[in-house]
Amino acid sequence: MKITVDFDRCQSNALCMSAAPEVFEVRDDGFLYILIEEPGEEHRAKVTEAAMLCPTQAITVEG
Amino acid sequence: MTSRVVIVGASLAGVRCAEALRRHGHEGPIALLGAESHRPYDRPPLSKQFLAGVADHDRLWLTRADTALTDQEIIHHPGVTAKALDLRTRTVHTSTDSFAFDSLVIATGTSVRRLPHADAAPVFTLRTLDDAETLAPRLVEGARVVVVGAGFIGSEVASTARSKGCEVTVVEAAPVPLERQLGEAMGTACAALHERNGTRLIVGIGVASIEADGVHLADGSVIGADVVVVGIGVAPNTAWLEGSGVVVADGVLCDATCRVVDGGNGVVEGVVACGDVARWPNDRYGEVMRIEHWTNAVEMAEHAAQTILGGTEPFTPVPYFWSDQYSTKIQFLGRSTAFDEVRVIEGDPAAGVGVALYRKGDRLVGALGLNRIKALMGYRPLLVDGATWATALDHAGVAT
Repeated sequence: MKITVDFDRCQSNALCMSAAPEVFEVRDDGFLYILIEEPGEEHRAKVTEAAMLCPTQAITVEG
Repeated sequence: MTSRVVIVGASLAGVRCAEALRRHGHEGPIALLGAESHRPYDRPPLSKQFLAGVADHDRLWLTRADTALTDQEIIHHPGVTAKALDLRTRTVHTSTDSFAFDSLVIATGTSVRRLPHADAAPVFTLRTLDDAETLAPRLVEGARVVVVGAGFIGSEVASTARSKGCEVTVVEAAPVPLERQLGEAMGTACAALHERNGTRLIVGIGVASIEADGVHLADGSVIGADVVVVGIGVAPNTAWLEGSGVVVADGVLCDATCRVVDGGNGVVEGVVACGDVARWPNDRYGEVMRIEHWTNAVEMAEHAAQTILGGTEPFTPVPYFWSDQYSTKIQFLGRSTAFDEVRVIEGDPAAGVGVALYRKGDRLVGALGLNRIKALMGYRPLLVDGATWATALDHAGVAT
């Protein structure tokens, strides 16, 4: 599973971070950092929820 | 499952419910009825980036590919307004055709409330894409803009208008803006953003009338205006359900699993509601609530889809909303109704940066952040777990 974020769309609402904090982190600089770009299957449910909750549809999950 | 699903409402909740039904294996026809003529779109940018002219239509669509719905065999019917629900024949009657269903999703959302006696002047509201397209070209440098209502939509419109160089006044009838949502102290703190950013804020005075020369207040004063935007809240779209047997009480009343209740003690078989229009008992808080926020529409749509497909779990979210005003991101997690204490645990919200926690009894029930995104989200697991106040303060690193 590979995660890509469209940073032109991202508004740093951090809902992804609330769903999958192991994978997404919005830091105090206001930017989103992807901590694991190719997470294992154990993260799939949370990553799927993170993509669903993103208000700007900035997260794409492939594979 | 090959039964026919009809979804009334093609905005966020309706579209996401349709997609969730497909994702969870529903194989039968799905009809998505939308009153508006547009491709389904998202509302948050309408008061912010879209209104400011820095985001175009491509950023509004709820599906990134324009074929996404048809690819999923979800049939969108634009320009179709529901007129009546007949539960005996299980049919929705609309402005065009009638749609028979096995399962029904009520996701008709809300419409803006309007002020009486405000038709003569340049008065605008902001709820729909058409509203935003009408208002945007009028927010030009030097225009005198008066926003009636200092809620989140009104405040975002004021912020956008300032960014366009307008001369902006916000008028709020209540003594404290956002008091119902955030309490007195934090409502005041958020309202301070206006004056710090050059927007005039008038509180505690109602609007008497809106005339061609501007907004006339109850104390006799007149605020000259080229543009008046009224943002005094919304009301659920439930007129089409009158006489249907569905219980309407400031929204469509549901049980804990999003199933619509009937006039007796039962539920209406195969009928669910989600999004702004739905009122349901959130067992997490022991409170019957109706929530008009983006995240709730997404989460409740997903839950309602699972209920249609046989799920029996109660819907017990920790509510969340955000608002972008000037250069400040306001975020709130949890519930602030009838709290016992609000405590600032870092920063200074009145200065535009900080975190405040809300206590009810011995529990943490809510957390507010202003430009403190990461710190705020750190409280979400605590709110999900129903953490005690002591645990929350320990997490915050402050003494009880």
